[in-house]
Amino acid sequence: MTTPLLVTKRMTEHRSDSHTIDRYESTGGYVEAKRALGMTRDDLVEEVKSSGLLGRGGAAFSAGLKWSFLAPARPSYLVVNADESEPGTFKDRQLLERDPHQMVEGIIITAVANEAHHAFIYIRGEYAKPARRVQRALDEAYAKGYLGKGIFGSGYDLEVTVHLGAGAYICGEETALINSLEGLRGEPRLKPPYFPAAKGLYMKPTIVNNVETVSNLPHILAMGPDEYSKISDSADTGTFMMSLSGHVNDPGNYELPHGITWRDLIYDIGGGIRDGKELKTWIPGGASAPWFVPDQHIDLEITKEATAGAGSMLGSGAVIVMDEDTCMVRAAERIVRFFSHESCGQCTPCREGTTWMEMILRRIEVGQGREVDLDLLVDVSDGISIDLAWPPKMTTICPLGPSAVSPIIALRDYFRDEVQEHVSNRGCWFPGARVSPHPTAVADRPQPVSIGASSERGSGGRPPDATGRSSDQVASHDDRARRSSDAVSTEGDRVEETP
Amino acid sequence: MSHWSEATRERAHQIISRYPEKRSAVMPLLYLAMAEEGHLTDAGMAEVAEWCEITPAQVLSVASFYTMYKREQTGKYLISCCTSISCMLLGGDDVFHAVEDESGVPHGETDEEGLISVEHVECIGACGGAPAVQVNYELIEGVTPEKGRELVQWLRKAKPEIVNTDEMQQLFGGSRSFDWAIPEDEGAIGPYPAFGPLGTVRSEADS
Repeated sequence: MTTPLLVTKRMTEHRSDSHTIDRYESTGGYVEAKRALGMTRDDLVEEVKSSGLLGRGGAAFSAGLKWSFLAPARPSYLVVNADESEPGTFKDRQLLERDPHQMVEGIIITAVANEAHHAFIYIRGEYAKPARRVQRALDEAYAKGYLGKGIFGSGYDLEVTVHLGAGAYICGEETALINSLEGLRGEPRLKPPYFPAAKGLYMKPTIVNNVETVSNLPHILAMGPDEYSKISDSADTGTFMMSLSGHVNDPGNYELPHGITWRDLIYDIGGGIRDGKELKTWIPGGASAPWFVPDQHIDLEITKEATAGAGSMLGSGAVIVMDEDTCMVRAAERIVRFFSHESCGQCTPCREGTTWMEMILRRIEVGQGREVDLDLLVDVSDGISIDLAWPPKMTTICPLGPSAVSPIIALRDYFRDEVQEHVSNRGCWFPGARVSPHPTAVADRPQPVSIGASSERGSGGRPPDATGRSSDQVASHDDRARRSSDAVSTEGDRVEETP
Repeated sequence: MSHWSEATRERAHQIISRYPEKRSAVMPLLYLAMAEEGHLTDAGMAEVAEWCEITPAQVLSVASFYTMYKREQTGKYLISCCTSISCMLLGGDDVFHAVEDESGVPHGETDEEGLISVEHVECIGACGGAPAVQVNYELIEGVTPEKGRELVQWLRKAKPEIVNTDEMQQLFGGSRSFDWAIPEDEGAIGPYPAFGPLGTVRSEADS
């Protein structure tokens, strides 16, 4: 486990100024960008391909291969995906805040390799501070002539624009991101035909790469692809940023080699479970990934293959750890609520299915579940993601809908008894049992100024609908409206207490 | 026609020049429009439509898609409490309820003075420092229910002109996702992200 740090080395060794251009250059920065300007597209693509670098945004697709698909039409564009929004993930935020020039150098290398003269950095709107740091880094690079007209004194022009998102997770999906960047709603496009490498931004060939992926490039060029591919003693090459959160003693971002085990990660690196509790389950790759449990998965290697072989994915590298006192129904509800809130609404299975799943989970949690509810959840899930297979058999344009099914797979396979006990017990018995704050799918925006209105909302409810609706009955607008008041009513007492 | 200030119009020109096509500037211009009036108005969206050479309906289709575009009056301070999975596991719901209770403002609403709006939000990328709260998108990590109450009291009493993440972390925060290293001076002046022209720099007098 003595792996060299790559993308977090500078911020570790130069705490106070790793984000400045002076420090970046005094530690070998921008050397590789200059060198890349003298290389051909074919050489650069080949170098990255042979390094084995996989995309770090979640799909884990070969970065070099992605570049090689770029269609011949020009202009081409580069988009860096800094819309990090997958629950559990906060690695890009650290890279953006603490070493933005590393990403800028990666952008120059990627742009040159893909003959792009305009790059966009799409940063989620909630990342105000990272966006400021990145803009300052760009300003510094422009001032030195590393960006703009004729970069580094060459004949190559490169403009970089920072674009702020506005709170939509779906814009992390590359075609939705492109729509958003074009000034449209962030709804994913159909693939085919809209593969970004062929028909991307403004229908031109476009490369979309994640922040961490791009940040690895200066290191790959500096050490050479062979050396890079030897870092991990596994099929996956290089290092991997993992965001560890939940009930561990030492949460945080860790730059690690591939091929350690989950036991190493959770107990050695993460310091074990808080308060000496037992590990119950963990999510290996962000909220979208199917869950793992200790008796089956703790000694698995953390590689793309091993994780996929066990029916999950490493995704964005976000590991969310839950201890023995965690209610699985509530955890599932919280993750399904996320996808329900973030569904763009284009595809019926996702829009309606996630809404229904959220409602069913909530009624189980508050003690109004029925014996058939787990089967009903599985049935609704099957409507979004056929057979609940992993990787999913898609019924939707993008993978958001199938991602919402992941917690249901866990409930079905590992926690069936716990769900049924919620039904027979008429509710949750875990510490801090309480339902989710108001459903977000219908209440995501401040209402007109009116504090008194809360009491109306609180008193208008009836118990969550527990009638025998089957999954093929589509929720109408009335259902949606009723759902709003239902869910609020479950905590109506508390709401009415507020002045 | 334009009812925007000279400075805002100048900034709109600059933003549009950063994109190959005008329509791409819709999102940043919507933030500019919010900064002008505190929230998005029909007039503000119509102005954006003119700048981008699209229809007001097309602008509304974008504004209504994203949660950070607020089309109703929002308080000077927008408190966003994360209740997604990682924050929930470590008590994010309790922080949110404490903030609601202390402020008297339920989710999605604003107090009578127009000072504080409260919402619970999905993951804001601070899972290693859960539970997390943002004020005008400036982050505080490792917040407790008690600190959440103190935050509300502080905003009411101090009414800071500029909301600064490092100052708030110092006053109300706990463990962080990672080492923030050095503090910065910039902060937000309204319920929109402090980026480009929308934020400003704290002077010594503010701190």
